[in-house]
Amino acid sequence: MGRPEPAVDGRGSPVSISTGSSETRRGSPAEPDAPALPLAGVTGGRPRARGSRGRGWRRSGWLRLISPVVVLALWQILSSTGVVSPQKLPSLTTLWSTAVHLITTDSPTYGTLQHAMLISLERVAIGFVIGGGLAMVLAVVAGLSRFGENAIDPLMQALRTLPLFGLIPVFIVWFGIGESPKITLVALAAAVPLYLNTFAGIRGVDGKLAELGQVLGLSRAEQIRAIILPGALPTILVGLRQSLGTAWLALVVAEQINANAGLGFIINQGEQFLQQNVIFVALIVYLILGLLTDYIVRLIERRALSWRRGILES
Amino acid sequence: MATRDPGVLTTEQVVQARGVTRAFDGQVVLDHLDLDIAPGEFVAMIGRSGTGKSTLLRALAGLDPDVGGELAVDATAAVVFQEPRLVPWKRVWNNVALGLRVPDPRAVARTALDEVGLAARADAWPLTLSGGEAQRAALARALVRDPGLLLLDEPFSALDALTRITMHQLVLSLWERHRPAVLLVTHDVDEALALADRVLVLADGQIAHSASIPLDRPRDRDHPDLVALRIRLLTELGVATRDVS
Repeated sequence: MGRPEPAVDGRGSPVSISTGSSETRRGSPAEPDAPALPLAGVTGGRPRARGSRGRGWRRSGWLRLISPVVVLALWQILSSTGVVSPQKLPSLTTLWSTAVHLITTDSPTYGTLQHAMLISLERVAIGFVIGGGLAMVLAVVAGLSRFGENAIDPLMQALRTLPLFGLIPVFIVWFGIGESPKITLVALAAAVPLYLNTFAGIRGVDGKLAELGQVLGLSRAEQIRAIILPGALPTILVGLRQSLGTAWLALVVAEQINANAGLGFIINQGEQFLQQNVIFVALIVYLILGLLTDYIVRLIERRALSWRRGILES
Repeated sequence: MATRDPGVLTTEQVVQARGVTRAFDGQVVLDHLDLDIAPGEFVAMIGRSGTGKSTLLRALAGLDPDVGGELAVDATAAVVFQEPRLVPWKRVWNNVALGLRVPDPRAVARTALDEVGLAARADAWPLTLSGGEAQRAALARALVRDPGLLLLDEPFSALDALTRITMHQLVLSLWERHRPAVLLVTHDVDEALALADRVLVLADGQIAHSASIPLDRPRDRDHPDLVALRIRLLTELGVATRDVS
């Protein structure tokens, strides 16, 4: 059986530390406060040069902030000096006051920003719990038995190739235009990466450790709990991050169809009333929520994979 | 199909193998092999690589469902593999206690770690251990089960020479204290000569040669009996020994 996803490549073995953590480094603007935490050193690799690695990482953590700050500064300069028309690109200061306005006034057009945010969060949370939960169960069943693999994997692989957003019209016919089509879309989007990574993670668990479990007389349940799931965890967590990312993505799309609340609704309204600044504020809120969920997973990662940090402390 | 049921043991042996056979894709590795190991006996098995030493050990450990013949093995057999196989996400003591069904596994594990001189690392993560320490932890994990038979699959081959000597002493002292039967698979003739009561040479899928070593331990490497036996074993293994004699 081939590995289905490039993203999970080389993560099979629980001791492949350097490969396993390159992911931790990628795409993570929330990193500046990470240096104090132990996993930081694991990021990127070799067990040897500990001290210098930690310091180097910390420095690069702050260095990562430079380019976003430069972009924001350029943005502010271009829009406030009128080089780019504020209709196309509202200045940051305008966006700030728009945000404050959206938060403090409950307008009939937009509602409040925080209400929209809560609605969106709720949709992602429900969709993610359903989709992610189902994906985990299916991946464990498929990962642990040939029968399960034959029964489940072809369907999940097919689902992976299905253009998710092409399903929207179908969902509207099936579920109407209420919450269900949106949540279904989010659930599906969350399910696919989590399934693929969990499945690959389970299959990648070191066979020698499974054999050890047999020699030590572990029951099947103990074997799964003590060896298989922890062994698959690094890959599962990568899947979790991907999965939350696609869940947010699906939400953005889902909320722009027939929503009457939520961040997508605010974007739609902004489009209707030609208020570019409102659209931008909603997009930024999406961005912040996305980064926040990603950050939470990385905190979990640090706790759950603390055994890897042992390499640094030896 | 081999049975690995203690009830099948007809004598006082911890291992009783009759006509054990194993082939991989038509390639016969074990060919009607017979083997008895008595309780408390320290047996070393040597052989060129690919002669089926590890295959036999895996069969004895119950890890090979496809082995043929009659095979009766003490149900309490424990294994130490060539690599330590510590579960990296469980602390050292937890590795030792893994699968242990006793009231206070943590205390029992600590006692075992103390015995192998690793008490100080009980709470460490396995990835922080040195090769020798990791193999000690693996030994503790095997011994904590109070095995009637200890299967050692080249457990010292990845260690440096000095650590290996320390490990030999440790294994001997543990063996003297707990008296499990031991089957040590090794490709190191000197290791076999230093440790075992009986040395077996595996060749062509059978035990081609067996030599008892009734000498006290620790043994002088240059004892005339050992020197003679070393030459004989090396010859059995097909290694030229002209320069030795």
